[in-house]
Formats: sequence, structure tokens, C-alpha cells
Amino acid sequence: MSPPTPSPAEIAALRQRYPECFRPARRAHVLAGLAVAGLVALAAYAMVRLDFSAARLLAGLGRLGEFSLLMLPPEAGGRGWVFLHALAETLGIAFIGTLAAACLAFPVAFLAARNVVPNPFAHFAVRRGLDVVRSVDVLIWALIWINVVGLGPFAGALAIACSDFGALGKLFSEAVETVDGKAGEGVSASGGAELHRIRFGIVPAVLPVLGSQVLYLFESNTRSATIIGIVGAGGIGQYLTELIRVLELRQVAFLILMILVTVAGIDAVSGRLRRALIGGAAR
Amino acid sequence: MSPDRAAALAGAYDGAAAATRRRAWLGLAVLVVLTALAARAAEVRPWLLAANLGKFTAYIAQILPPLTLGHLRGDLAEWYWGWPKWLALLGETLLMAYLGTLLGAVGGFLLCFSAAANVTQGRTVRFLVRRGLEFGRTVPEIVFALIFVIAFGLGPMVGVLAIAIHSTGALGKLFSEVVENIDMKPVESLTAAGAGRIEILRFAVLPQVLSNFVSYGLLRFEINVRGAGVMGFVGAGGIGQELLVAIRNFYYADVSAILVLVMLTVMAIDLGTERLRHRLLGGLR
Repeated sequence: MSPPTPSPAEIAALRQRYPECFRPARRAHVLAGLAVAGLVALAAYAMVRLDFSAARLLAGLGRLGEFSLLMLPPEAGGRGWVFLHALAETLGIAFIGTLAAACLAFPVAFLAARNVVPNPFAHFAVRRGLDVVRSVDVLIWALIWINVVGLGPFAGALAIACSDFGALGKLFSEAVETVDGKAGEGVSASGGAELHRIRFGIVPAVLPVLGSQVLYLFESNTRSATIIGIVGAGGIGQYLTELIRVLELRQVAFLILMILVTVAGIDAVSGRLRRALIGGAAR
Repeated sequence: MSPDRAAALAGAYDGAAAATRRRAWLGLAVLVVLTALAARAAEVRPWLLAANLGKFTAYIAQILPPLTLGHLRGDLAEWYWGWPKWLALLGETLLMAYLGTLLGAVGGFLLCFSAAANVTQGRTVRFLVRRGLEFGRTVPEIVFALIFVIAFGLGPMVGVLAIAIHSTGALGKLFSEVVENIDMKPVESLTAAGAGRIEILRFAVLPQVLSNFVSYGLLRFEINVRGAGVMGFVGAGGIGQELLVAIRNFYYADVSAILVLVMLTVMAIDLGTERLRHRLLGGLR
């Protein structure tokens, strides 16, 4: 059964009665147009300011085409074992860095959570501290730690631990703040102390969420750990930089393939673990 | 409850608790083994860290500027002696992040519909687009920058291109997940009314996804500001080069001056985009 079609007279009557529904949304259109125009104008200014030139772009694209031909077929150049060792180092850096960051961030997150430390000054200070740590890029942390423990993967692990400490601290404290307060109230009502409330009222509820966040960051850290070698902090990035500089493009392609496969593998494993961790709770 | 039944229930409870505990111990053992392996691979030397931790605090103390309350103005002026150059480079960094994010968002927008399972043109197209996005996402932007520097020459354009490709990969995936989660009824009704693909995307899909797209774009901009800050490490423009030179050559006060500038910028951008995103997503609910 089709709905009745309104006659032209009925439409005219409706139009007269509800003019605002029939008027084209001019204001919204103008606003949207202005926003797009602003974005494009800023982009054009950025292109001028950053020396974009079609000639350079075309020449570079041509050279990139040549490079991609030179990358085929990927080969290890007899250094397969060295590369594998570097890859293991990369994974080690990511793992140790993430673990250390999680261990550091766990207690700090409770200090930064409003429902654990009610004092606004305390959690404000902790939060801004975490923001400062987080706003420094992992490569800069690596440069700083190289000054302390020398070149090598240990500096990389420390760098990842530092930059993730800030990220995990923030994520953890948000998880702690969104937890259902009733369990904690129950513990307090039955005579539990503050620490009991945290241990039995909050920790069991947030642990799966925290675990899945740690796994997620481990995935992202395997990516970061591949580049940390650019500044000399160990891992596969060191070889990648060297080989790109001397244009050994076949080996570069081999290394990139290795990274792609490893990252895909880690993603698959950690994705399954994450689903197992939060699957029961979230769905 | 009969004593037998109570005993059976208690036994079952003990069994379940023991199983949980066994699993926890097993997980812990796996974690310890993995940690030992990783520590070996990453050459972790705690005693070296303990011995040299003093160096870390000393380094922090060294890069702090010699500010005195008496000549605060003069000391600040000396600390930020290079501010015109640094501010210009900071502006360049922000523009790189902006342009890279915008190009990446446009790329991700164009590709996400082909990668989404519900509105894709075909299995082959979807497979190819997804692998392409995965490639762009997995190869870190700084690796793209390393290769592009050789192809295009030094300069901020390279940084923008590297950020754009990486952002296309990252945003394309997030966008396609948003598209996969839409309500399909408008799409079905437009299909029934005989609309073409472009019309369906414009009038059935886009209104549902646009605010999420913008929110993800802003989030990416935040990430890209950090990324653009270190592009200079490989000669791809921005403030990174100055920072690298300052750290490598032990210009201590310069290190802290540039670092503080970068940190303040990143934190300001974080705060700004967070506000914008909350307003954007909050207005809809």
C-alpha cells in the first residue's frame, strides 16, 4: 500500500503553514561554504609557504617511480640473520618499553583520577605532569636517553617507556574515572578502608580495560620501535636509515616487507588477546 | 540447603577459583619469560641505568636556563635569543601538520568507501584498497620522509607528503570503520528509489559519518603536530632540525628553549582539538 500523494493545493497549504521547513537551509550552506573556503585558503597559503612546486613534485615522482622499480625484487643481500636479529631487538624494545610504561603508569593513574584523589590540585598537577611527558616525541626522548645510557637499544626502550608513560597514565586515569562507583561504595559501606576500596572496588573493574589499552599501545610501539634506530637507539631503524642513505633499495624493500609482516602478526595476536580480555565485559 | 549440596557447591567454587588462579599464574609465567627474552634482545642493563641516572638529572639541570628573579627580562631574552627564527620554524611545523592532515583526510575520504564492506564496489577493489591503506599506515611517516628526501630533495614539502601518505592510511581505515557502522536503511531506500552510487554516498552515507570523520581528522592533526616536530631529524622541514642540532652540539639552553616551545604548542593544540571534538560530538547526541 503506497502512502497517499498530497495534491499541489495541499503542498501549497503546508508550505504556507510551515515556511521554515520548506526554505532552503541557506545559513547552513553559507557556513559550510565559508568553512571549506577557509580550509582551502589556509592550505593554499601553506603550499606557498612550504615551497610546493609542481616541477619538483613531478621530478620527484619520476624518481620515486625509478626507486620502486629498483626495489624489485626484494632481497636480504646475505644479511638475513643480521636483519632478523635487529627485528628481535625492535620487538624487545617495544615489549620492555610498554611493560615498564604500564608498571609506572598504573599507580600514577590512580593519583590522577578524580574519584580516587578528590583533591583537585593533586590530580591537576599529576595530569599536567603526564601532559608534559606525553608532549615530547619518542625520538626526542631517545636523543635524551642516549646522553644517559649511550647508543643502543636500551636507550630506545627507555624512550618508549617515557613517552608511553604519559599516554598510558592519561588513558588509565580516564578508565579509572569512568568506572562504576557502586562496587567501591559497597566496600566502603562494609567497613573497607580507602585502599580496600581501590583494590576490590576499582581494580577488578578496570583491569581488563587497562590490559587492552596496554596491548593496543604495544601494537603502536612495534611501529615506533622500527624508527627509533634513526637517531641511534637500536632496532631495525638503524639498518633502514643506512640502507636508504646508500640507496640499497632492494634490501630496503626487504626490511619494509619484514616490518609489514611482523606488525601484521603482532596486530593479529594482540587483537585476539584484546577481544578475549574485553569481549565478555563490553559485549 | 542440604549439607551434601553445600559441600558440592563449595567444591565447585574452590575448583573455579583454583582454575582462575592457575590461569593467572600461567599468564604471569608467560609474561616473565617474554620479559626475560625481550630484556635480552633490548640489551637492558638496569645497573647501567642506576649508575647513570645521575646523568639524566644532571642533563635536565644543565638544559634549564639560568633564570634569576633579578634580571628576569634579560635572562628570558637571552634564553630565547633565537625566537624570531624558532617561531617561524614552529609556524612551518604547524602548517606542515595541517596540510599533511588535510591531504591525508582527503585521501582517506576518497578511499574509505571502497574499503568499507557495506558500500564497496567489489571484493577485489576492497582487498586492494585495504592493503594499500595498511601499507601507508604501517610504514612510519619518517621512513617515507627518508625515502622522499632522496627523491624530492630536502625541505618541508617532503615532510608534508610523508605525513599525508601515512595519514591517508590511518584515516582511511578509521573512516571505513565508521562507514561500516552506519544505519543501512537510508542506503536501502535510496537504492530502491534508483539513486546512483555517488548520490547514495552523498545523501545516505555522508550525513551519518561526517561529524565522526571531522573528529578523527582533528585527532590525527594532534598526532601529526608531534610527528611534524621531528620531521626535521631527517631533513624534512620544521623545527626538528634546530632541535637535533641543539641536542647533538650540546647547546643546552637552546634545547630547553625549543623543547618548551614545542611542548607548549603540542599541549595547546591538544586542548583546542579536544574542545572542538567534544562540541562536535556532543552537539549530535
